[in-house]
Amino acid sequence: MRLDLFVSHYNYWVVIFLMMVGFYILISRGNLIKKVVGLNVFQTAVFMLYISMGKITGGTPPILVDPYGAGEGHNGAEGGPEGAEAGLGGTETLHEAAAEVMYSNPLPHVLILTAIVVGIATTSVGLALAVRIKEAYGTLEEDEISRIEAEREAAE
Amino acid sequence: MSIVVDIVLFTLLGAAGFALLKVRNLFAVVMLAGIYSLLSAGLFTVMDAVDVAFTEAAVGAGISTVLFLGALALAGHHENRPGHTPLLPLIVVVVTGGALVYGTMDMPGFGHPGNPVHHHVADHYLEESYDEIGIPNVVTSVLASYRGYDTMGETTVVFAAAVGVMLLLSGARRPRSRGGGGGETAGEGEGA
Amino acid sequence: MREEIIIRVGAKFLAPFIIMFALYVHFHGDYSPGGGFQAGVILAAAFALLALVYGLEAVQKVLPLRFTRMCAALGVLIFAGVGVVTMLLGHNYLGYNALAPDPTHPEHGQHYGILLVELGVLVTVFGVMVTVFYHFAGRGRGDS
Repeated sequence: MRLDLFVSHYNYWVVIFLMMVGFYILISRGNLIKKVVGLNVFQTAVFMLYISMGKITGGTPPILVDPYGAGEGHNGAEGGPEGAEAGLGGTETLHEAAAEVMYSNPLPHVLILTAIVVGIATTSVGLALAVRIKEAYGTLEEDEISRIEAEREAAE
Repeated sequence: MSIVVDIVLFTLLGAAGFALLKVRNLFAVVMLAGIYSLLSAGLFTVMDAVDVAFTEAAVGAGISTVLFLGALALAGHHENRPGHTPLLPLIVVVVTGGALVYGTMDMPGFGHPGNPVHHHVADHYLEESYDEIGIPNVVTSVLASYRGYDTMGETTVVFAAAVGVMLLLSGARRPRSRGGGGGETAGEGEGA
Repeated sequence: MREEIIIRVGAKFLAPFIIMFALYVHFHGDYSPGGGFQAGVILAAAFALLALVYGLEAVQKVLPLRFTRMCAALGVLIFAGVGVVTMLLGHNYLGYNALAPDPTHPEHGQHYGILLVELGVLVTVFGVMVTVFYHFAGRGRGDS
């Protein structure tokens, strides 16, 4: 029973481990660029969680194998649990084969596809901010920046 | 077979993540981040998300590495040794991770075709999209047609990010000066 | 890197193929993995490669910053414009069926709509990636 739980959940646990590595980099390191890297690691872990949920064991990528058969014949529900036994009694082997194909869930793929591109766009904004901070303070380390700020306030 | 690939890739990913944590030369960190992205692209392929793997390989291992290198060339690549004790972040991370693992216990198992996530709208997309949209790649038809508003929003966000980078980086570069002259750069806040 | 003959020749040799591949990924995205997002990034990567090998000035002669900036805005305009056109034709916003009013084959309009919308995505992603790259690479050389 325990082994069962492991096999059906280890994906989530590895994802959580990676997420926590990213989180740890984010909160324990002072360098701003390292923080951006940590944020990226966290982000990729979230992507993996979504894609893990969309996977069906024994499924194929959601690109229709035989769209004409699937479109005209309505040989049953691909992607559903009943897709496996949806063969039509062997009238046409090609269509039957297409009907037995199980597709993984396309919806998480769509969400993550756009999220990746948005992720790189926001990362570039973060890096641009880091570059400006470096130019303004001469350092990227958080504690040095707050020290410089404190010195400036004291000099006022 | 696929489960072996799965486990090997996850192990490598874990190792890459750990190395990212430990290495302090930021050039090496950026290269490791590229490797991390490429490995996760492989994992996406194993999990049937070919479009996502494609994007991750092109974005994460390609453009993102170039942008990080550009930023490092401008901002220097040395990271200081963390000054404070890492105990508190470690506790926070362990507690958060524990709570999340506890949360997964109620989640349906990985890869079962009967999971609720596969039966909300995904059935409709897979069964009807060829009649309604007429293209075999379901991801494209969902992306561009069923969820066209989403995609338009994301395109706008990408554009807005570019505007942000242009605003941040296109001004003239001021010479950096510490102490007295620094009022110029931080001057907006102080009004000096 | 400007003196390395292998890298120079290799980059020059690879760039057209990368651009071709990007266009293939875009226009074949209906039938295989791919689409506007990936194609835009790959197209931008081709120019980033050329800029890394031949220098920013050489690439900016071919692809000026003004043009990529315009691309970034133009793509969003194409995407939103398709929606406005379908609305003027009497359908919902982004209801692509309006583009080819053919009740027996509603998917024709969808084909046109998806192609146009993906083109908008391609143009925006390409423009944004190249613009951002130019700004990071051009910073610290006096101008940007």
